[in-house]
Amino acid sequence: MFDFLSNYDDPSLLGAFWVTVQLTVFSAIGSLIWGTLLAAMRVSPVPLMRGFGTAYVNIVRNIPLTVIIVFTSLGLADIFGVAMGAPDDFELKYFRLAVLGLVAYTAAFVCEAIRSGINTVPVGQAEAARALGLSFSQVLRLVVLPQAFRSVIGPLANVLIALTKNTTVAATIGVAEAAFLMKEMIENEAQTLLIGAVFAFGFVVLTLPTGLFLNWLSKRLAVKR
Amino acid sequence: MTEVSVAKEDEAATGDLVVLKSVNKHFGALHVLQDIDLTIARGEVVVVIGPSGSGKSTLCRTINRLETIDDGSITIDGKPLPHEGKELARLRADVGMVFQSFNLFAHKTVLENVTLGQVKVRKKDKKAADGRARALLDRVGVGAQAEKYPAQLSGGQQQRVAIARALAMEPKVMLFDEPTSALDPEMINEVLEVMQQLARDGMTMIVVTHEMGFARSAANRVVFMADGRIVEEASPDQFFSNPRSDRAKDFLSKILHH
Repeated sequence: MFDFLSNYDDPSLLGAFWVTVQLTVFSAIGSLIWGTLLAAMRVSPVPLMRGFGTAYVNIVRNIPLTVIIVFTSLGLADIFGVAMGAPDDFELKYFRLAVLGLVAYTAAFVCEAIRSGINTVPVGQAEAARALGLSFSQVLRLVVLPQAFRSVIGPLANVLIALTKNTTVAATIGVAEAAFLMKEMIENEAQTLLIGAVFAFGFVVLTLPTGLFLNWLSKRLAVKR
Repeated sequence: MTEVSVAKEDEAATGDLVVLKSVNKHFGALHVLQDIDLTIARGEVVVVIGPSGSGKSTLCRTINRLETIDDGSITIDGKPLPHEGKELARLRADVGMVFQSFNLFAHKTVLENVTLGQVKVRKKDKKAADGRARALLDRVGVGAQAEKYPAQLSGGQQQRVAIARALAMEPKVMLFDEPTSALDPEMINEVLEVMQQLARDGMTMIVVTHEMGFARSAANRVVFMADGRIVEEASPDQFFSNPRSDRAKDFLSKILHH
């Protein structure tokens, strides 16, 4: 029944899902960093930074991901000549462009999750930290964000699961991840339902343990008050 | 230039550590601090009392600029309170603050609460900070709780840790903003005893409180506030036995005859 899978080796099924995993991991790390910086901007005392953070989030989260990903290719790469450090390696170049697009998009959601976490930290925590003589960035890094992160592991797990599935959009610019292979198989094979089921199952295998693990982690790390 | 520095030394020599001059603050239409003049000498213990909403907590919080003021001036050890930034952070490190709701860092152990400022602000190495933290925790009687998290401690213990955390910075002055108001009655004394000891050791203290017993026994001076003004300043004996203002008489008659 699964014979047709052996017809594909560039990428193979596992190879395609491996690309999906790589897209997810790199984008998750990037969007966690960029999203945290955006959240810091949104709570900073500097109006210019607050304005930038707010504008970024409200613009980027309202643009369809497909538009952003396609823009990295047709806009950044083709018009502005952004090669992401790999002008001759097309596979790597488009992989990196896809990660860039996913980071830009996902960071907006990460930012909002973290900002809601910052709001759960009582004002007194920051006041006590300021009263000790810690600077704004120390207050944020040492006292507020560690507590904020612990309270938003659940929401961040949602963002991570959405990101895992959103990596399929990278297929639109030719990154050979799972959805790219699925499309290819559907074009060539008769068992379309089975193919759909195989890929659906693959994503569940990726996201279900992630969700369960992060749920467990959020309970374990919850800050007791 | 020389004259200026001489003048500064003179000021230090006279021992005025905290000086507030015609301080005004509004919360919207509410004029919470009205022309406050207050001078606290080095080593002095000043207790601020007054009815709720009289501005005493706000007064306490303006001294390390957790609340900004609209006009007037506040100087600490001869230096005017700087604006937000590095200078202000440096000054805050010299001003210890104890809050009504303790505000211990919930994600850090008791020991880490007391070492954080030493390591990150005073740039002490971890070992020296640990040593000082443990000594201070012993001094306030919670040495055995060092590895626990704040939520595992009673209110009284938490507040004593908060005092140790402030003391770890070797502050010039300590501010206490209603330190016992959130405590169960049987835990109030353990905190007051630590504060009494601190007062005996010569720490400069500004204490906003409703604990009249503490004011009587530990204060050098009582400042009575009502409606955003300092209504009366006197020694505790003078104030409690023979208040001059009607407002203070009224306040005392309401709290002392139960």
